[in-house]
This record gives sequence, structure tokens and C-alpha cells, in this order.
Amino acid sequence: MLDLSPADLEAIALSLKVGAWSVVCSLPFAFGLAYVLARVEFAFKPVVSAAILLPLVLPPVVTGFFLLLAFGKNGPIGEILDQWFGITVAFKWTGAVIAAAIMGLPLMVMGMRISIESVDRRLEMAARTLGAGPWRTFFTVTLPLSLPGILAGSILSFARSFGEFGATITFVSNIPGETRTLPIAIYALLQTPSGDSAALKLSLVAIAIALIAIVIAEVLNRRLPKTHERDDA
Amino acid sequence: MLEIDIVTLRGEFVVEARFTADRGITALFGPSGSGKTTILSAIAGVVRPRQGQIKLDGRVLYDSAANIDIAPEHRRIGTVFQDRRLFPHLSVEGNLLFGYNQLAPNLRTQKPTDVIAMLELLPFLDRKPMSLSGGEQQRVAIGRALLMSPQLLLMDEPLASLDARRKAEILPYLERLRDQVSLPILYVSHDEREVARLAKRTIAVADGRVAEGRA
Repeated sequence: MLDLSPADLEAIALSLKVGAWSVVCSLPFAFGLAYVLARVEFAFKPVVSAAILLPLVLPPVVTGFFLLLAFGKNGPIGEILDQWFGITVAFKWTGAVIAAAIMGLPLMVMGMRISIESVDRRLEMAARTLGAGPWRTFFTVTLPLSLPGILAGSILSFARSFGEFGATITFVSNIPGETRTLPIAIYALLQTPSGDSAALKLSLVAIAIALIAIVIAEVLNRRLPKTHERDDA
Repeated sequence: MLEIDIVTLRGEFVVEARFTADRGITALFGPSGSGKTTILSAIAGVVRPRQGQIKLDGRVLYDSAANIDIAPEHRRIGTVFQDRRLFPHLSVEGNLLFGYNQLAPNLRTQKPTDVIAMLELLPFLDRKPMSLSGGEQQRVAIGRALLMSPQLLLMDEPLASLDARRKAEILPYLERLRDQVSLPILYVSHDEREVARLAKRTIAVADGRVAEGRA
């Protein structure tokens, strides 16, 4: 239909892979952070909350630059990964996953936090009086009630990761087949004199995937259970 | 039998309660804000008293001196809340069996078929609680608390959020509950007629203090 070249397909596939892995890797952290932010009061909470949201407002190139400093061969984390595990992430697709995960984290945490906050704690109390311990209450009441928001946050974060550009190109550059994701491929096409029509095709793909993700997230958010009960008038 | 002798704080407000409750309905009767719900919350284990002791059938649930405070899920006390608190993501059946399912089979004293029949809930089993009327929801809430086979049933103004017609609808179910289920029931209400109709014994609560009397 769109007549995509093998290089285009490669970029799309890479973006999907990076998006999926970044969601999988950030999900446990995002949920933990969202749960703590929703339920626990502690000192400097606004600061922690702001730090998580920072990638949302920071110039992505700054995030990418700091990732390069931290995860580069001589960076504090990059050195440990290299010497202890023999893993390098700089200029690898795994690095793109790290960049995408960090850029997608704010959206994921925000969505999850709101959905956890929307769970009526009186229902959890009711579960406790019915014999459910804290863990059972979590798995039978809290988690199912916040699940639509958790999924919505994950999908939005996937869409964000799928289209991540600035931090990715700064951190892992533009290597065909390794780090050239869909947005980077579009950028590369725009640098060549005859690349406009190919760039347009890839842009349409990006729009389609982003739209689908947002629609799914919207539908899920509507499904957040209303804990207010019916009026008896 | 429930034996309670506690002092609880609700903000600055001191609530003192010392009484016992045996089989049948014992009403905690008093105006709004007199501390009735605070007493129930302390018995359920949801609110921690400041000091004192709570015993149920000889088992210590709370004892400030001995530093005992049994978690709500281990107290075997069923609670029917004024605002019902049914689980919106579960069907009526799922709600009814929530406590029942996690109870060891040898501790199950109430049978789902009996409770469903007594409260006439059979037509609603597959429905979501939100699609029921307030009175029907309250019947589900009563069934859910009963099916955890409690040793004590706490009812916190179960009729207060219903209009007169729905109240009249649900009162016969409460009478059946009282007559068919051999349990101590602590029934909180500010409605004199309701208390007179249901309770064998009334305990007046005023300004955070409890005084025993007869209905």
C-alpha cells in the first residue's frame, strides 16, 4: 500500500522493538514510583516527582547528553556495565531502549499514579475486613481497579518511546539497522535531496501508530471504574 | 460474646466505650458525630484505639497493655458499611464470595445458597453491583459480610443512605438475619424507630461516651 523499502521496514521494526522493550523494562520501576507517589507521604516528594517528570520538559538533547556521560565507555554506569558484564549500550539498540525508557517514564508514571490515586481506599479497607491481607487486597482490589490506567500509561509511553528522537540520536547516534529508528530514518531522509516522499510515507506510519496508541489509551481511561455508587433518588 | 473497654481518639475528640454484646442485635444508638462509627472501626481493627482491650469469644483482639493488635483480616468480624463499599469490578456473586473464598473450608459456617436465599439475591448474581438499587446493594453487602462466617457482625447505619421506601423494603431482611443467624450483631443507628424494631438491647452513645440501657 505505502510501498515501503526494506530500509523503511527495518526502521519501523526497530522502533517497535525499542518501544516494546522500553515499556517492558520501565514498567516495574514506573509502577513502583507511581505507587509510592500515590500512596506514601515523604519529605521532598515534590522534588522526586519533579525529577521523574524532568525528561518531559528538558530538551531531549540534554537527556541524551547526560545518558552519554553516564553510560558511555568511561561513564560511571557504562564502565560498570562494560567491565563487569561486558555490555556496552552506547551506539547500540539497547542504548536506544534506555533513552526511550527514560523519555517515556514520565507519561507512564503520571498515568499510573492517577489511576492508583483513583482507587477508593475504603474498598481496600472493606477487603481487609473480609479477611484479605495486604497483598491479597492489592492483587484482588487495587490492581484490577487501577489496571486500565496502568495499561493506558504503558501504551502512551510506548508511543512516546516509538517516536523518540532527540535523546536517542544524541546518545546512540544514527546507525542503520542498529539505532536508526523510524524518526531517525525520517530525519536522515530529509537530509538527502530526493528523500521527501520516502520521509512522508514514514511520517504517515508514525502518525498512524501514534493515533492508534492514543485512541486505545483514551478508551482504557474511560474504563476506569467509577467508584461512586448510583444515587437512590 | 464481644467484650470491649477502650478509649479511642478521633482527632481531638475522645471516644470511650465499655460494654458487652451477646447474640442478637445490640444497638449503638446516638446522634451523628457521637462516636458510634469510631467504636465500630476500632472493633473491626481499622482504627487503633488509644488504650484498652477488645475480646471476642474470649480471644483478645486488642490489648494496649499486652501490645496486641490483631490485623482486621484476622479478626473474623464482618462489617456492613453505610456506604456499602461493594467491589465495582466484581459481579454480585464475586462480591458475595470474596470473603468466603479465602476462608478455610472448616471455618465456613454460612452456606452461600442459604444466604443468597435469605436475602433473595439469586436474580442478581451475574450483575455488577453498580446496576442495582441502593437497597439491593445493601443486601449484597450484608450477604458478603455474612459469608465470611464472622463471629461478630458490625452494621454501620445500613439504612441511613436509603429513602423511606427502600428502608421499609430492607427491614424484613434484617429481621430475618436477626432471627435466622445466631450471631452477635452490633448495629449502629441514629433512628429510634429502627432500633426499637430490631434491637433486643440498646446502648446509648452521646459525646463519645457509652451508657447502657434497655430498649
